[in-house]
Parts: sequence; structure tokens; C-alpha cells
Amino acid sequence: MTTEAAFRQALLDGAAPLPQGLVDGSGRPAGRRYDVYRNNIATSLGEALATGFPAVAKLLGEANFKAVAARYLRAEPPRSPRMMYYGSGFGDFLDGFEPLAKYPYLGDVARLEFALRESYHAADAAPLAAEALALDPEALMALRLQLAPTVRLLRSRFPVVSIWRFNMLPDSPKPAPVAEDALILRPEFDPVPHALPDGGATFLAALRADRTLGQAYEAALDQTPEFDLGAVLSLLLSGNALTDLKKGTP
Amino acid sequence: MPDASRHFDALPAAPGVGYKPQHYSAILADAAPVDWLEIHAENYMGDGGRPLAQLRALSERFAISVHGVGLSIGGEGPLDRDHLARLKRLCDWLQPASFSEHLAWSTHDSHFLNDLLPLPFTKATLARICAHIDQVQDSLGRQMLLENPSSYLAFTESTWEEPAFLDEVARRTGCGLLLDVNNVFVSATNLGFSPQGYINAFPLARVGEIHLGGHDEDEDDHGAPLLIDSHGRAVVDPVWALLDHTLARSGPRPLLVEWDNDVPDWPVLRDEAQRAADALAQVPA
Repeated sequence: MTTEAAFRQALLDGAAPLPQGLVDGSGRPAGRRYDVYRNNIATSLGEALATGFPAVAKLLGEANFKAVAARYLRAEPPRSPRMMYYGSGFGDFLDGFEPLAKYPYLGDVARLEFALRESYHAADAAPLAAEALALDPEALMALRLQLAPTVRLLRSRFPVVSIWRFNMLPDSPKPAPVAEDALILRPEFDPVPHALPDGGATFLAALRADRTLGQAYEAALDQTPEFDLGAVLSLLLSGNALTDLKKGTP
Repeated sequence: MPDASRHFDALPAAPGVGYKPQHYSAILADAAPVDWLEIHAENYMGDGGRPLAQLRALSERFAISVHGVGLSIGGEGPLDRDHLARLKRLCDWLQPASFSEHLAWSTHDSHFLNDLLPLPFTKATLARICAHIDQVQDSLGRQMLLENPSSYLAFTESTWEEPAFLDEVARRTGCGLLLDVNNVFVSATNLGFSPQGYINAFPLARVGEIHLGGHDEDEDDHGAPLLIDSHGRAVVDPVWALLDHTLARSGPRPLLVEWDNDVPDWPVLRDEAQRAADALAQVPA
């Protein structure tokens, strides 16, 4: 009998012996016929990773990326038939992948690309109109703002947004060696990564933790005295990133 | 103008194509595209964004067939309840004209392998496939179609011929069948049986949809032809001939052209659908 476990065992392990009980049409051992499944799986998962992580693929070059992807897909095969979410652990895998230790930013670039994909598939939500924030300062600071499901925040000690842009968008400048926190916004259907100004990530993390606008602003000012609240709010509004507001403390 | 009140309760006995997002604008700009579209269910299991917005727009103009590739109906383990629930949400929202899945497995021990893997045809596999199909049909509240696989090898333990196995599954569960004539041609070549003989043995009255697709050519260890069901090129002439053989016995059916890899520009796919229309036109209704 050929159990599913035996059939599964050799699929991602080219060195494993072939399962018993598999034959061709004349009853001879199946041999390389079984390899069709091995190839299908390695190819389709490798292509899913190449499609899902184009900037990492470009940074590594095709041959290197294929080799790394082949290691990753064996270490972490998908856990769900929703292939759109395959690769959530690719950034962490790259962080721990010794041969790439000289390129420590790759993990953050992968996490940025995965966050872009999550944003692409995130739920739609009606955006808040800018006029909703036209309040006197005291009332404004007491608001708690709801972020859209499409918003993603990624802190990085590398110029992760500039690296992504340099590889994905023509005519982008060469990345300068500065840390960049990334904010992903999806104005309609296409997610866009933005490099947040200093204090921006602290501000957004506070909003996400359901702090009031005033509390989030203070947290950002503590870290960055020149934090520009107006600029960050304009960015959020332009990216349809705010969906609701609540008054007062929870 | 799209008529939002239009409902599609069944697929028409006309050509459709496997929908690819890169064809979205070309399809909507085409004055006479195809009659229906098939989508892979799993690609529309996100929470929102462009995929679902495009699908909503297409569903106003075209009958849609939802084709699952990840339910693992042939698997030894229980069906993934979360996945079945997502499928139900998609079908409840979209109200597709048809839902179909494969006689295959793809998940083992919570690992999804992203391929349609084979199983032996035995008393035990028959029982578990019927139980899984009962569960799917109960959950979705609709009849499903089950598709014949493309085979590269056989299991020594199999005790059923594939057409008889599928007939028995359909008889016990009330499901319909999806007959992929390219899969028949691929399996027949790979395992050395007659594709026409397979069609003649197939319960054609239960067929709710026919698939056509392209395949690649390789060789086995003995230099014998080994065809790979790649969906990456045009349908070959012997498969068109097998379609004619099938339609002459089954009568008109919804015909789908699948092209999933190295996807061509829309006019090329549309020409394939036109060839399917020509094949249908020769069949007495």
C-alpha cells in the first residue's frame, strides 16, 4: 500500500527513496514519473516566492534567489491553500540564513514585500473625509483614529523603503545609509510604501494601540521634538488610511 | 451595459476561458468575448482589494465557474474546515453558476503542497472521497463537479478503473463530473490506454463541464513519452479530436479552455475559445 505519508515524504526531499507501489502502465517501477510531482511542487512554490518577493529576487539575482527559495520552500512549505499569503516567514528565514549574513537588510525588504501583499488583499473600508478632522485643537486631540485594514507599519534599521524603490521603480535614487520606518498605504487598489519621518512610527503605533491623537502626538514629540503632526496626518488622509474616529478615552 | 439583475444559474453549453487578471481590460473591451469565465477559488480568498472588485464587475456580465484547487478532497485527513468555510463565503457572495474540485489531494499534515497529487482507486479511497464530497455539498448547499486527474503513474493497489470509480462517486454522492479531455489524453498516453476507450466508458450523462488545456512532452526512464499537464500552451490537435469524439456522444456541454502558465495575450486565448465554439457548432443539440 502507498500511504499518503510515504508519498508526501519524498516530494520535497530529492534524496528520499521513492514510495513503493507506484508503477507505469506496464507495471514497471514508476521511477522518474514520480519526479513530475517533485518538479511541479518545487517549481510552483519557487515561482510563488519569486512573484511575491520581486525586490528580494532582484537584489539576489535570479540564480541566487532560486537557490534560497529552494531552501525556504523545503524548510517552510505553505500551511494554507491561500498561496497569496505564502512567505510570511521568508524575512525571518533570510535573517537566519548564514550565507547571506553580509546582506542583513534582505529580511526587512522581504517583510516589506510581504506587508505590501497583505495590504493588497486587505479588506476595503470607506475612508474618512478630511473635513472630519476640521475641529478645534482640543477636540481634535481627544479623538481616537481608526486606521484602515490596508495600513501596514514596518520599523527598520535599514533604508528599507529606498532599497525597495531603487529595485522596483525606475529612476529612483540610490539608497542613503539611514534607517527608515515604512508605512504602507493603499489609496485604492495599489499599496504604496512611504518612508516615515522621525517619530512617525511611534505616532502610528500609539494610534494603533487606541491612544488619543493627543497622546500619540506627545509620544512622538518625546522621541522627536520637531515631529510634524500635520505632515503625517496629510499623508494618512491622502492614502485613505483613516476610516473612523471616536471621541474621548476608551 | 452590465445588467446587475442578471443571474446565472448554470453554465451555458458554450465556450469559456480560465480567467487571468492580466486579461481584465481586454475582456471588458471585447465586444464578443466568451460566454463564461472560470476562476480558481483560492485566488479570491483575500479580504478585499482589486481581485474581489474585478470579480464583482465580471460577475455582472459573465456566468462564473468557481474551480477549487486546494480542498484536498482525495486526502486521507479530514477536510480543512477553515478552508471549506472560506469557500462557502465565496460561493454565498458570488452565487457562481458552478463549483468544481479535483479527484486529488494537496494537503498532508497541514502542509499545502500546491499540486494535485494522485491517489489509488480502492474501496477505502472511494469511501473517504464520498464522505468528503457529502461534506462539501452539505456545507455549500449545492451540487459540485469532480474532475478527473491527469496521471503520470499508477498505484499497484488500485482495484477500480478511473471512469468506473468516478461514476460510483457520482452515483453515491449525487455530484456531477468535470471531464478534462486533455487530462484523459495525458493519462492515456502516460499509462498506455486508449483515450477513446476511456471516454466511451465515462458516464457522460453526469458531465456538467469539459476542460481543454495544453500539455508539455517529456520521457520516462525507458524513453516512453511522458506528457505533463502544464496548461502552458495551445491545445494540441489530438485533444481537439478527442473533444469531437466526446461531444458526439455527450451532446453540447460548457467547454473551458485553461491556460495558466506562459499566459498569452487575450486574442490568442480567444482564438482557442473560438475553436471550442467551432467544435460545439458541429454537435447536434
